[in-house]
Amino acid sequence: MLKVRVIPTLLWKGFGLVKGVAFNSWRQVGTVLPAIKIYNARDVDEMILMDIEASLLSIEPDGDSIESFAEECSMPLTVGGGINNLEQVQKLLYAGADKVTLNSSLYETPTLINVIASHFGSQCLVASIDVRQNGLGKYQCYSHAGSVPTHKCVVQWAKEVADRGAGEILLTSIDNDGTMQGYDLDLISQVCQSVDIPVIASGGAGKYQDMVDAVQQAGASAVAAASIFHFTEMTPAGAKAALHKVGVPVRKIFASNRGL
Amino acid sequence: MKVAIINYGMGNLGSVRRAFEDLGAETIIASTPDDLLKVDKIVLPGVGAFTQGMARLSAEGWVPALHNAVINRKTPILGICLGMQMLATQGYEGGQTEGLGFIPGEIQKLDNLGCKLRLPHVGWNEVYYPSVGEIFACINSATDFYFVHSYAFVPDSEEYIRAIVNYGTEIVAAIQKSHIFGCQFHPEKSSKAGRQLLKNFLNY
Repeated sequence: MLKVRVIPTLLWKGFGLVKGVAFNSWRQVGTVLPAIKIYNARDVDEMILMDIEASLLSIEPDGDSIESFAEECSMPLTVGGGINNLEQVQKLLYAGADKVTLNSSLYETPTLINVIASHFGSQCLVASIDVRQNGLGKYQCYSHAGSVPTHKCVVQWAKEVADRGAGEILLTSIDNDGTMQGYDLDLISQVCQSVDIPVIASGGAGKYQDMVDAVQQAGASAVAAASIFHFTEMTPAGAKAALHKVGVPVRKIFASNRGL
Repeated sequence: MKVAIINYGMGNLGSVRRAFEDLGAETIIASTPDDLLKVDKIVLPGVGAFTQGMARLSAEGWVPALHNAVINRKTPILGICLGMQMLATQGYEGGQTEGLGFIPGEIQKLDNLGCKLRLPHVGWNEVYYPSVGEIFACINSATDFYFVHSYAFVPDSEEYIRAIVNYGTEIVAAIQKSHIFGCQFHPEKSSKAGRQLLKNFLNY
């Protein structure tokens, strides 16, 4: 049986790691390489590393940096930020990323999903969808780190990216991001019900129960979180223990029965 | 201990190299077949399709060099993912193609083997060992490893099977024929459990 994953998200801006609230008021929370080394030592299931400035400033994805990060990462690594063509995807995969995640460029060129999936396979393509609820309660998609409304309805867009060949959806609630008040379960549930591909819940985790709810109530296949790991004593291992306790299948932390 | 990691242009080798270096091995990213003459162990990694992988190995002269090293000189080899699959007699991904033929068997698509679940099989999944072979020393059965694949190794004889994984059907997760090893999962992406497996290969 495949396991539900707990994924630390690392947001990268300029030279450091940051974390904000509702995609704003970014705080410095360290540098990338030491954070990757710590999560690697802690044996996390997977990591997501996102350059949040790249699409806003039209910066090329930085293959050299990714190569040095990937070498420190003995688990799957997903890389995103500013990716808008097949050559960049190839560069990042060859630099050691296991998956790439795209967001803004997919609204302009949805066929990019088909092209990437047919060249490198669906398993390496994570469609990232950032969502804000409007005054009427409708969930709408935003591009460019939450700064540009796309006027796409999230369910419709999720179905389209899945049909075109995305392997997973990273679904982030901008409203809940950084608040640590819990995931937007209604949003996650709507998307999980409309697609067959795995959905990674993101935005708002503040306690382990939030992750349990995202999986058990809303149907997420994985939970991503940042603030809870940056700013509290809570850890990915603690999250997995909490999930395991209520019967969610999680990957066991490896303990050698001798050796190593 | 010198380990050659074969570079035939099918994906990134950084994490494989890093894993072996952490374990204290000296690694060579082998770019020409002659590199295999001076090493103690060989790793054949790989991500991609069988036909393309074999075409690259053939075009660059790896097939006779591997035969010489593995069959004649008995240098231990570990095939990872596509690298494991190419140890087989033949594969069907991208048309029927002859493999290296080190372990009798063929490579079939998971849905032909009765898997009704979504492909590829991606993620952490439990690996079961009918009996502990050298490669799983110090690793308990039901340990999680990281998989990404749509095809699987079907050996001619069950005697080569060292581990299985369940994903809609029973899939071969690891094989061995004397000093020839293969794993369908990615030890270099399987964190500490993967490191232990690579260490076992170094110790073999």
